Amino acid sequence: MNLEVENLTVYYQTLKGKVRALENATFSIADGEIMGLAGESGCGKTTLGHSLIHLVPPMKHIHGKVTLDGKVLPIAQYEEMNPYRFDEISLIPQYAMNAMNPIRKIGQMTGELLRAKKHSYKNILPEFKRRLDLVQLSHEVLNMYPIELSGGMKQRMVMVLSTLLDPLLLIADEITSALDVASQKAVSEMLVEFRDKGFCKSAIVITHDISILYQIADTIMIMYAGQLAEKGPTESIIHDPLHPYTKLLISSLPKIGAKYTEKKLMGIPGKPPLLLNPPRGCRFRKRCPAAFEKCVEVPPFVEVEKDHYVACWKVMEDYDYTR
Amino acid sequence: MITLDNISKVYRVGTFGGKELHAVNQVSFNIKDGEVVSLIGESGSGKSTIGKMILKLIDITDGRIYFNDQDITPLKRNELKEYYRNVQGVFQDPFSSFNPIFKADRMFQIIHDEFYPHIDSKPWKEKVEHTLTSVGLNPEHILGKYPHQLSGGQLQRFLIARALLLDIRFLVADEIISMLDASTRIDVLNLLAELKLKGLSILFITHDLSLANYISEHAVILYRGSVVERGTTGKIFNNPLHPYTQMLVASVPRLDQKWDEIVSVESQSTPTGGINGCAYLDRCPYAHEKCETMPELIQVEPNHFVACWKFTD
Repeated sequence: MNLEVENLTVYYQTLKGKVRALENATFSIADGEIMGLAGESGCGKTTLGHSLIHLVPPMKHIHGKVTLDGKVLPIAQYEEMNPYRFDEISLIPQYAMNAMNPIRKIGQMTGELLRAKKHSYKNILPEFKRRLDLVQLSHEVLNMYPIELSGGMKQRMVMVLSTLLDPLLLIADEITSALDVASQKAVSEMLVEFRDKGFCKSAIVITHDISILYQIADTIMIMYAGQLAEKGPTESIIHDPLHPYTKLLISSLPKIGAKYTEKKLMGIPGKPPLLLNPPRGCRFRKRCPAAFEKCVEVPPFVEVEKDHYVACWKVMEDYDYTR
Repeated sequence: MITLDNISKVYRVGTFGGKELHAVNQVSFNIKDGEVVSLIGESGSGKSTIGKMILKLIDITDGRIYFNDQDITPLKRNELKEYYRNVQGVFQDPFSSFNPIFKADRMFQIIHDEFYPHIDSKPWKEKVEHTLTSVGLNPEHILGKYPHQLSGGQLQRFLIARALLLDIRFLVADEIISMLDASTRIDVLNLLAELKLKGLSILFITHDLSLANYISEHAVILYRGSVVERGTTGKIFNNPLHPYTQMLVASVPRLDQKWDEIVSVESQSTPTGGINGCAYLDRCPYAHEKCETMPELIQVEPNHFVACWKFTD
């Protein structure tokens, strides 16, 4: 197992109280696995991604353990995490296209970045150039300022930069959402190629666009209001989802060729609860068509089929699941 | 309803405005009453520029736009206000459409003072609440809130409600759902479809073909300012003819097929081409000498036009 997360709970400390953004997350990612992480905005997917590498106030680590390649990560200690950042875990944040220093040429900025991590730019440069070729960026970009690159080019540049030291885990947060379809496809396929070539051992791809995940992810994990809802192989999640939330989410996606006049799609009625004072038990129960008395207790995240985990009392009942 | 007659937009770029950038190049199409037309293209294709020209937010360099046979270019003051009573726009980013200092419903008051000063405040309040309900919002939860207290989907519906308050006939919807979640996305899309059934005409600007197909009867594919293909959405979608449209259709992430199962021909080079030839020339896998001159839009089958030399013979 490459990454193991056990009972990870992270709250946001605010003036009004604790925002329970991530509650008891337990999952693992295998070597070479690309895991898609999906859910509505505000469901805690970015919180989960960030807490693995950059856990800073107002985020607060409550409890839970994260193990990467057998080593326990000191996620709650900012300074102790430094040797792991960029070298072993890399994050492509949301709006990464604007993450580059606008007043430095890209080559210069990369040099500074590597020196800060005690690596030599000179030694890495040949490999850097080889990877630029791979993503079809000319070597001239090293002498350019970020403003001279288009959105898709910047996104490719940031991807090369963040995987330059071959991290064990790459966290890609909404890397395709600001791009148009042709660039979306190019960037997504690039991510798979990076994994295949070993530039990153495994990856977490955070997005709200499930159809992209169907194209590139090996497994998909669905979150709802800070809780894990379901994790399983891509094919099962898309074609045979178990959790009621996943079912509604998948059915609300416009299919190719679908027309309003022929078949009207439905959204999910209601909206996610506020995480400042979330309801007890399963947080989806207010919107769930299958909710019953048992749902006031938090359902455990259990493996109902091989590699297919679900947190739902109803599904457990259907599978006659007993511990 | 709206007719675009050979409109172009040229921007002056470069240090002293010495260079010309043809953002929109001789585009013509029309939108009939109660019809939804999708304008599809990647970023930089000029689709938002066309929307802004219809809304008179920027000037037209060449060509004419007609609203019910009336040329909109010379409209001034009262005539323009009358035009905005009929034609309104909603844009991509709902968060930057509001002034964060004021409560979100301040814009309803502005509309009241500007357009309906003769209506008393009580019936006006009822009208506002009725409109908010019709876009699926609960007035009690919305009124009196600041923009940051509302979600993206709520703000976007709020903006549609603002446009509807004016009893508009035509709406320019510029990428209005690309920043929303999958679950709220479909609600806003269904709302547009319902408004269409009530007789509203919509120009739906998007880069997502599956959304365009879901809601519109007609589609216009734009590439670097020129129309490369247009016609009935179903025909374009099931039988894309222009190499660019074919590439677009193949790139749409879908849930029933993987990308590698779809054979697509594409090249990755960055567009540089001149304005004389076909705009897609340098990315097109089928390009030959003839493409150095601009192809015309020709009708290939009823309601399906394409601008490509492949189909001229």
